[in-house]
Amino acid sequence: MESINYQNFRIDAENICVDYNGKVALYDANLRLKPGQICGLVGMNGAGKTTFFNALTGFVNISKGKIRINGESVRSAQKDQTIAYVPQNEGIDSQFPISVWDVVMMGRYGSMNIFRCPRESDVQAVKDAIERVDLTDHLSTPIGNLSGGQRKRTFLARAIAQRASILLLDEPFSGVDIRTEKLISELFIQFKNEGKTILLSTHDMIHVREFCDLVLLINKTVVAYGETSEVFTPENITTTFGGISPDFLFGPES
Amino acid sequence: MELCSFLTIDSFIRDPLTHDFMRKALLMSSLVAAVCGFLSSYLTLKGWALMGDAVSHSVMPGVVVAYALGLPFSLGAFIFGVGSVALIGFIKQKSRVKEDTVIGLVFTGFFALGIVLVSKIKSNIDLHSILFGSPLGISLSDVKQTIIISLLVVILLSIFRKDLMLYCFDPRHAKTVGINVFFLHYLLLTCLSLAAVVGLQSVGIILVVAMLITPGATAYLLTDKFDNMTVIAVLSAIISSLIGIYISFWFDLETGGSIVLAQTFIFLFAFLFAPRYGIFKLKKLFAGYK
Repeated sequence: MESINYQNFRIDAENICVDYNGKVALYDANLRLKPGQICGLVGMNGAGKTTFFNALTGFVNISKGKIRINGESVRSAQKDQTIAYVPQNEGIDSQFPISVWDVVMMGRYGSMNIFRCPRESDVQAVKDAIERVDLTDHLSTPIGNLSGGQRKRTFLARAIAQRASILLLDEPFSGVDIRTEKLISELFIQFKNEGKTILLSTHDMIHVREFCDLVLLINKTVVAYGETSEVFTPENITTTFGGISPDFLFGPES
Repeated sequence: MELCSFLTIDSFIRDPLTHDFMRKALLMSSLVAAVCGFLSSYLTLKGWALMGDAVSHSVMPGVVVAYALGLPFSLGAFIFGVGSVALIGFIKQKSRVKEDTVIGLVFTGFFALGIVLVSKIKSNIDLHSILFGSPLGISLSDVKQTIIISLLVVILLSIFRKDLMLYCFDPRHAKTVGINVFFLHYLLLTCLSLAAVVGLQSVGIILVVAMLITPGATAYLLTDKFDNMTVIAVLSAIISSLIGIYISFWFDLETGGSIVLAQTFIFLFAFLFAPRYGIFKLKKLFAGYK
């Protein structure tokens, strides 16, 4: 990790603004992440967490500022399959007639030909990814028949199959069983060792302390950003959540 | 006197085939049904039923203008179909009116414009066949157009089959891995407009939306695999067309309405008896006998 040039950030977002038809969703937001870093994105509902993700993936256009992914534009990051997005369980149609295998294969679409015919290597990548999330017994199970945790793992497998170096995870721990939670935390350690960069949004403050090297507190703009041990203070959290005391949010021991 | 013909299934099926117009109607309606059925898988999963209704009604003035100017009716229909969607998007973005309201008011506006235009240039246009379809009276030039458009839609859908499935399922992921979501959105809209154009010959403008959603809805109740859903949708659409046309021939009923009714009955059957998702879950019933 030391050999990496300090200027070569995986994610470098500078003063970005996003507005939807004149309504500001995010302004003057900055974020810099290096390979192997895990950063927690914390904020209220509507604070701009999803908007931040959308800006990084290019799903929405930024009205101001600059985003560099590995020193390049978002467009070329898309072409290079650099970023994988793992949606919230609520963000997907669980009744869609599609199997675990097909979902994970979608992680390979970006690097396939126009007909999306899987090559030997794609099949192997999908197999490996499904094995890593422990869903080999459910290859052809429709996603509608999976538990919340299994579905979450399916989408994680898609990100693994994509071989992305940046993972964006929207509420990875919400609505999952203990087994899945354990598996996800193990995967995070592996991802970190592989030098992947992870940005995850979460409501659970304990997870932030447990996994995140860095934390980005936002409320339409950056409230605080830095090492979790320094920045994740009751004062900052209170500011982020609009004056509500962190005691109220996650117990007095914080 | 026709009752005698009912005595054998053989003559029930064969007699209509002795008429040239019936052979043509059966063939063309099956083709149109297949195209609309193929597309219906995507529309039902994407939640575009209302959009399908909007586009199919909005093509009306296009058809009228094209007839009046002597242009291929598909061209006019296509322009107004896509135009209505663009207008819906524009009004939605620039006003605070909710989307379903905008869709409703735009397509009825277009449809009304079509009706007014027909009344102005009524000489060579048969309003009844536009509104209710006329599969039995389809002309040779219409046959050619229908075949060309149908092939085009089938080819486009086949090439982008998987991308469109991804677009319906998770557009954000599609965008993230560099797939052109903007293109897929308009591709699906284009196919919708074109399918509405060919569909309206069979069942007319008012009912064409049924061709675009009912087979997909039926198939959705019967399978958990996308590819199977497409196949079932296409087959159920074709079968409904054939049933509808036969029934309308023997009982002297409106053909378009008969086709759509056949689709509705097949849907109801799936709704009640689908193995997994039906009300009576046939699988469980059979399991009880073992």
